[in-house]
Amino acid sequence: MDSPLRLIASNPLDQLARTLEALLVVASAPLSVAELAEAADDDAERVEAALGLVRERYSEGRSGIVLEHVAGGWALRSSREAAEACARLFEKPAQRNLSQAALETLAIVAYLGPCSRPAIARIRGVSADSAVANLVERGLIAEAGRDDSAVGGAIRYRTTPLFERVFGLESLSQLPRLDDIGEDADAIRARLHEVAEKRSA
Amino acid sequence: MIVRELELDLDAFEGPFDLLLTLVLKDELDLREVDVAGIVLAFVERLDERDALDLDACGEFLVLISALLELKARGLFPEEAAELAELEPEEAAEELARRLAEYRRMKDAAGWLRERLATEGERYFRLGPAPLAPKVETPLAPQEPEKLAHVLRLLAAEPPVVSLVHMALRFPPVSQFVERFRAVLRRRSRFDFDQEVGPLSRVEQAVAFLALLELRRSGEIAIEQAAPFAPIRISRPGVEREGSWTVRSA
Repeated sequence: MDSPLRLIASNPLDQLARTLEALLVVASAPLSVAELAEAADDDAERVEAALGLVRERYSEGRSGIVLEHVAGGWALRSSREAAEACARLFEKPAQRNLSQAALETLAIVAYLGPCSRPAIARIRGVSADSAVANLVERGLIAEAGRDDSAVGGAIRYRTTPLFERVFGLESLSQLPRLDDIGEDADAIRARLHEVAEKRSA
Repeated sequence: MIVRELELDLDAFEGPFDLLLTLVLKDELDLREVDVAGIVLAFVERLDERDALDLDACGEFLVLISALLELKARGLFPEEAAELAELEPEEAAEELARRLAEYRRMKDAAGWLRERLATEGERYFRLGPAPLAPKVETPLAPQEPEKLAHVLRLLAAEPPVVSLVHMALRFPPVSQFVERFRAVLRRRSRFDFDQEVGPLSRVEQAVAFLALLELRRSGEIAIEQAAPFAPIRISRPGVEREGSWTVRSA
């Protein structure tokens, strides 16, 4: 902040920040640093620095608009304190009434994707057709080529940038590690043996 | 009660249980489409209709339905059937535990997503296709206003009246031909229709033919035609077809 360069009367970084603000308010999907740099006709490093200024200005508690890093890019959204007002004006069809089956399918696609419907059915033990169709309709998952392991292999699915955005993820790598959640195989194995012993007794 | 004759009314199949089994075994019916619970329901309903419990029927049904279930399960997981069959009981239990654990993890991941949705649902954002690349504008070549005015003047001119002449078929009166043929027959005893009307238009030929029929009806002429599409010959009634025929017209 104390760098003498920033004391120049017409601060160029400040000007770049204003340009970025303009680009972000016009955009309807997150913009990557590369896209911002190209549109602003400036270099990526300076864009990152300017984004810092914009982020400071548009943060929770300071502004009704918040700049966030989401789905691999930068995007403006409403502040959380305005959520109720927004809810009265807008619906959120992408995530409304997601069933347990849809969420499980979404989890499988997010962690193991791209994966096919048979692969999903194999893990869940029931057909995934309707859950997959439902998620595709909502725009949370999309087709991603075919399974290469067989000729005419099943269509595979992956999550979309909208999924990351709805769930507030910078990228899929922000999902918690699978090992960190859930019961481990040992516990389940122990329970299975318990049941088996009861039956043979 | 005969289990094999149990009538079924399922989405995928309608008829006796026996036929369903046959179709399934012949691979003509996809078991995945068959609602096994529906079959059980039908059987139980049938059992309920009777006072005494038919143990033989129950036993037979149990055997058949379990075979059907096994087939269906194999059908749903074809590649796993072989895989699991080769496993020792210990390994199978291991494999089962592994799969249950996998599902359990995914279920927990789904739970995490649900929680995430609850906390992140407060964020509203703009959605829609983003026109990231500016549209390429195709500039127009420079134009002269005089040219435009000229083109507009051409467009503003009264359009020429479209001729509808070709649309009206002109039918000459039948009487015209009636008179004409009478005149011909006054001069000659016979004539050939094609030669008489040959040079006329198609419409005129048609009207001439109507005139011919008119004359025939009133008995003024006799009409002869050796064969279909052969020349039509007209003569005064009473004049027989003889060697005296000569073409004198045309």
